[in-house]
Amino acid sequence: MASGASPLRPLPRWRRWRADQQSEGYLFLLPSLAGFILFVLIPVVAALVLSLYEWSLLSPGEYVGLTNYLNLFRRDPTFFKALGNTLYFTVTIVPLQLAAGLAVALALNQAIKGLAVYRLIYFMPVVTTIVAGALVFQWIFNKDFGILSAAIWRLNELTGIPVQPPDWLTDPAWARPAVVILTLWKNVGFTMVIYLAGLQAIPVELYDAAEVDGATSWRRLLYITLPMISPTTFFLMVIQMIGAFQLFDEAFVMTRGGPAQATTTIVYYVYVNAFEYRRFGMASTVAWVLFAFIFAFTFLQNRMQHRWVHYETEDGR
Amino acid sequence: MAVEPLAAEQMRPTRRVRRRIGSIVLQVGLLAGSFFMVMPFLWMLSTSLKLPKEIFKYPPIWIPTEIAWSNYRDTLTALPFDRFYLNSAIVSVSSTLIQVLAAALAAFAFARLRFKGRNPLFLLYLATLMIPFQVTMIPNFILISRVLGWYNTYQALIFPTSFSAFSVFLLRQFFSSLPMELDEAARMDGASTLRIWWQIILPLSGPALAALSIFSFLGSWNSFLWPLVVTASNEMRTIPVGLSAFQGEYNTAWNLLMAGSVIALVPVLAVYMVGQNWFQRGITLSGMGGR
Repeated sequence: MASGASPLRPLPRWRRWRADQQSEGYLFLLPSLAGFILFVLIPVVAALVLSLYEWSLLSPGEYVGLTNYLNLFRRDPTFFKALGNTLYFTVTIVPLQLAAGLAVALALNQAIKGLAVYRLIYFMPVVTTIVAGALVFQWIFNKDFGILSAAIWRLNELTGIPVQPPDWLTDPAWARPAVVILTLWKNVGFTMVIYLAGLQAIPVELYDAAEVDGATSWRRLLYITLPMISPTTFFLMVIQMIGAFQLFDEAFVMTRGGPAQATTTIVYYVYVNAFEYRRFGMASTVAWVLFAFIFAFTFLQNRMQHRWVHYETEDGR
Repeated sequence: MAVEPLAAEQMRPTRRVRRRIGSIVLQVGLLAGSFFMVMPFLWMLSTSLKLPKEIFKYPPIWIPTEIAWSNYRDTLTALPFDRFYLNSAIVSVSSTLIQVLAAALAAFAFARLRFKGRNPLFLLYLATLMIPFQVTMIPNFILISRVLGWYNTYQALIFPTSFSAFSVFLLRQFFSSLPMELDEAARMDGASTLRIWWQIILPLSGPALAALSIFSFLGSWNSFLWPLVVTASNEMRTIPVGLSAFQGEYNTAWNLLMAGSVIALVPVLAVYMVGQNWFQRGITLSGMGGR
């Protein structure tokens, strides 16, 4: 995190609190703070209160204490399903995205022909509206007329391998991989661009020295590149895990949380509770549980980072 | 691993060959990946120009025998895409302006002014960074629809998403890195605080402001869940939500759905291709939290 001067050193004169900047400070803060209080701070508190109520917006709400939380964990199979699906997406999407993004970034970090074109292409889905992306993938995954099914049939005809296209979007076993593929397509470009920035920050002297010592390119990757970009990997892992926990758009547009709730994620369940069942209290409860999971996982990753994240300088940057 | 002391002449050709093979493998891999990235766009375009009878054809064809431009006309008459565009533009532009302006003012206060309560307030901002949007979404929905009466309005689309702690954090990081002597010198010359903000700090923060603007604009333009929740009619829908509503009505008319998707994407992709570097730099800088 950003740090000013060391706390032990006396602050220079002009750095101390200044009477004439008292009101100015608040004036500059005003627009942001007003919006922040109204649309972030109050809603956070309200969400906490709301999770203790049963409220459909129509009738006056009823205080139920921790009942929503207890019901969620004791007698809500859909919640556990949503939780399981969300964990599935997290443990598949995050490593795949890191690996694919890193692979592309490593390839593009060489002096390679067509670099600009590749960068352009791989990043294209990142700027694409996910709704359009999910729509075209729904069509690609179509069992009878989708291009993917056709390709698999074609493979069958040409090679005689008895493969059959799966029923991607209506078979619960295949709907989740379909969402994973869509998410990868959408986000690999993002991972790639961040990794490229990380790779370009590695001092060339390290590689030169290794080359003089006769290190193979494989060893250079293993002992220079990977350790040097581990802070980038850590950062990407944390934000992509948070993103995977919040998966909604893809599942909403492509599969509507189905089939048989196979792609119902926690956020999808928040949405359904609030805007279909009109259980606003319960929806807030689920949202808080989501926060608890994100918090716990981030905390855990932070605790474990010293085991594998390598920071070059002493101040931890 | 010990390296055999080979003579330089012996080593060079094998190395060159290996390099050569390596770069071919790289190119093949990158091409395969590019195909995966581009194929959905091409398939979208191809389907959007097909007559219904050619959509459900096996084996599928990439180039329609008859180019059906009429799909685009039908899509545009079925749905008010011009209105969606207008809505998306109004919402994204205002939301980005508010976001960047409010954050630039607040970040300046946090980074360069000394006032009581500054640090506790900044900590309060930081504390909300990890709270997912879905937690505040439900109270915000109630606030919008019940308290403010903004349901299905531009205000509802713009304001609740324009005050993220993240943007304040991002700009504060950047402003803090500029030397304090700048402010001090300007003050000695009699410049007001507002003037220091406007004529010294902001001009020096071009890259950070541009990055945040692109990041917010793209986020707002492609945002789905919140607009889905607070809009009820085509008059107020943004492009993603309008497209999603279209899907509900025409769920097997793939030629029209794909035409709609193309209409939704073309301007964005066109802008992206022109300003590719800006987009990637903006996303990188914001994505990395300004580091």
